[in-house]
Amino acid sequence: MQKLSPFNITALTLGFAFLYIPILLLVIFSFNESKLVTVWGGFSTKWYASLMQDKAFLNAAWTTFRIALVSATIATVLGTMAAMALVRLGKFRGRTLFSGMIYAPLVMPEVITGLSLLLLFVAMNVTRGFWTITLAHITFSMCYVSVVVSSRLHSFDVSLEEAAIDLGCNTIQAFFKVTLPIILPAVISAWLLSVTLSLDDLVIASFTSGPGATTLPMEIYSSVRLGVSPQINALSSLLVGLVGGGVILASIISRRQISKEQH
Amino acid sequence: MGQGLQNRIVILLPYLWLLILFLAPFGIVLKISFSDTAIAIPPYTPLWDWSDIRGFFAELDFENYTWLLEDDLYWKSYLSSLRIAAISTLITLLIGYPMAYAMAKAPKNIRPTLLMLIILPFWTSFLIRVYAWIGILKNEGYINIALEWLGIIDEPIMMLNTDFAVFVGIVYSYLPFMILPLYATLEKMDGSLIEAAKDLGCTEVSAFWKVTLPLSMPGIIAGCFLVFIPAIGEFVIPDLLGGSDTIMIGKVLWSEFFRNRDWPVASAVAVLLLLILIVPIVLFQHFQQRAEQN
Amino acid sequence: MSHNVFAPWDDPNAVPLVEIRGLLKRFGDFVALDHIDLNVYPREFFALLGPSGCGKTTIMRMLAGFETPTAGTVKLEGQDLAEIPPYSRNVNMMFQSYALFPHISVADNIAFGLKQDKRPKDEIAARVEEMLSLVQLGKFAHRKPHQLSGGQRQRVALARALAKKPPLLLLDEPLGALDKKLRQETQFELMDIQEKLGLTFMIVTHDQEEAMTVASRIAVMNEGKIVQVATPNTIYEHPNSVYVAGFLGEVNLIAGKAHRLDDHHTELHWAEGEPPLRIDHPLEGTDGVDATLALRPEKVSISHEEPQAGLCRVQGTINDIAYTGNLSIYFVKLSNGVIIKAQEANSRRLEHRNYTWEDTVWLSWRPTAGSLLLQ
Repeated sequence: MQKLSPFNITALTLGFAFLYIPILLLVIFSFNESKLVTVWGGFSTKWYASLMQDKAFLNAAWTTFRIALVSATIATVLGTMAAMALVRLGKFRGRTLFSGMIYAPLVMPEVITGLSLLLLFVAMNVTRGFWTITLAHITFSMCYVSVVVSSRLHSFDVSLEEAAIDLGCNTIQAFFKVTLPIILPAVISAWLLSVTLSLDDLVIASFTSGPGATTLPMEIYSSVRLGVSPQINALSSLLVGLVGGGVILASIISRRQISKEQH
Repeated sequence: MGQGLQNRIVILLPYLWLLILFLAPFGIVLKISFSDTAIAIPPYTPLWDWSDIRGFFAELDFENYTWLLEDDLYWKSYLSSLRIAAISTLITLLIGYPMAYAMAKAPKNIRPTLLMLIILPFWTSFLIRVYAWIGILKNEGYINIALEWLGIIDEPIMMLNTDFAVFVGIVYSYLPFMILPLYATLEKMDGSLIEAAKDLGCTEVSAFWKVTLPLSMPGIIAGCFLVFIPAIGEFVIPDLLGGSDTIMIGKVLWSEFFRNRDWPVASAVAVLLLLILIVPIVLFQHFQQRAEQN
Repeated sequence: MSHNVFAPWDDPNAVPLVEIRGLLKRFGDFVALDHIDLNVYPREFFALLGPSGCGKTTIMRMLAGFETPTAGTVKLEGQDLAEIPPYSRNVNMMFQSYALFPHISVADNIAFGLKQDKRPKDEIAARVEEMLSLVQLGKFAHRKPHQLSGGQRQRVALARALAKKPPLLLLDEPLGALDKKLRQETQFELMDIQEKLGLTFMIVTHDQEEAMTVASRIAVMNEGKIVQVATPNTIYEHPNSVYVAGFLGEVNLIAGKAHRLDDHHTELHWAEGEPPLRIDHPLEGTDGVDATLALRPEKVSISHEEPQAGLCRVQGTINDIAYTGNLSIYFVKLSNGVIIKAQEANSRRLEHRNYTWEDTVWLSWRPTAGSLLLQ
């Protein structure tokens, strides 16, 4: 194995410092006693305690998690169907439009997606709130799911499905007994991606929400506009810890699984 | 046959979903962009009935678009969006390339870890990552405190609420999008090509310019588009980090909609933004297809 | 034909297991199968042989039900397959990639089809046991497919396809992924198993040696057509076309005009001023027709002295010699520029070899040795 040159080590060190120092500072100063976010006033967990008593934040968090779970689950089902349609069912009428609609939301500015969905809900006279945000999140998440799952399906040996059919499965049984168990890791990571996208979304949720349905990013945004606060630091640290921990755990599990399969 | 029905359901369900919740809304945006503003809820007067196509063409109301052309705020915000996105993309490339290069040169066993470290911030909240920079860049922020403590400056440097802060925010948020395609092309590059170049008389540096860089062009193009396209329509970064004179089109659309409650003009802004985006998106697709064919 | 010889295709009363009539398959403008007629009889080990893209895999996939014919019929045990979906067909397939389900164990892979048929639990267990011992993998029942070697996976795939005792087993390039030595061993194993179980096997391969070794009959295919169907021996010794002669093994081709000598003998005039070559075979075309003599190199002898009377002969100079250890192949250039290969077993050491470059030599063969091909 060749060693890294000093130039390469410098590039990596500076690069990762740039990526991680802001997050690190955020977490460190969430344990700051002082109300002034940038001046260290001693260690304290009081901002976490006050966060736990803030009704508005707790409500927003609960709404956000519900939206994330519901939308990610439905998006995973729809997106997997879309991926099967695109990869397995070959040419059908309207396929170009279909694949266009799958890829377009990935490059669409959120302000446009949000605005257009809001106008649809207004035109259809739907009461805006939990369900409109959920519908909006399903729509863009399913496109990400479909991209992740179809890239897995592309490398999937079709003869596995044919073998299942040859041994007596119809296509639905073949999907649930053979295809799904094998592509499951991709489906799960697509679901996790959908959850994250939903938890993270500010713009589309702002357009499609109504009175009574405020999500965590909306709550953070409106308090951030008023300036930095240690309480937001505490909330951010919780979210970073949650997601970062989850991702690290997932990658450790998947790596252990791979090494187990190689033995 | 049952088979055909199953296949039809697998296609139709997501298809209809996207038709209703993705395509149809654009039709409505287009429709409202041709309507008049009204002080009402919803705050616009529909110009025509869906059934009356002839009426639509007879009374097509370009007022909102002429308004966009006349008021130079909109022109300037489109141009400034393109400028900010282009500059940020360039900076992202300059920072991302050495990192991707170093990752591709790193020992094989630590590459997955490095890759995960690149992707990890992408999984944490975008909003929080942007927020983190406010504390760093503001007048009483970490940078100014550190510089004053070191005695380099007496007065704090104004960094937050400037274009500089917007560049930092975009570079920081979109760096993984640049590094991943670059790393992918650099990593699969055949190491013997560099050895061959050196064998034929290139130095380390000239081998990079003559062999590595040209061969990594597909990754550079993909990475630049992946940063440039979303950066044009960005709202959160210019809103939180930019100043009042940082105008980007996403922010204009937001304030037309939420502050001025002018839905028709907001819709017209959206339509024009889409038209502007079509050029880089089509170019991107073109390059991707060419890269796939090679 | 004696009754001991297995040759149902020569028996007018034999009932074929597979009957293919006028089978046509088009993919867009491309004709993958061009009016195929074929019978396969019970207990046969039938090989479809041809280069890639010749349509052999398409025939197999039609029998399994993964492709539908554009026209024509496919019958299995007298029943038209058109209306039967692939999952209800009495046919199983062993896939080229083996297609072992990676998420379940070897035993569960073998039991998959039986469970799908909702057979009783104890019957399934017994059958899986039987299959595992048939392919000698009893110890590996609880392993996952990725924990097996290539040869073991191949045997699991075979066991899984055999578990339901299908009257017809399709094998798509079953040995393609194995190295040469293992492939030869496995060919004999396959033949043993086929014989022991008394089933009908249909194998698709592009490897002519493999087809010759395992098959009772071979169908040689080219560009969507079946060129010849016959036993390995007939295909090798009596190819019906230049294509078949060239596809199986090495061959010398001498082109000329064929003239009738009498009812059983033909003469080939192959070059000005050279004596014609006699062939002990009736001429099936008109007198003076264009024809090609196909001659296997191992049937051609090389000598310095003029060969004895009664043998066909030509004279030429040695252009090249290929030494492959057990064999030497001499490339002899004739007066008209045609190069003929003669193959000799190296029963003596190389330093005792009699022939060298630029030697003028005689080549000879029996009048019965070649095949006359009209095309």
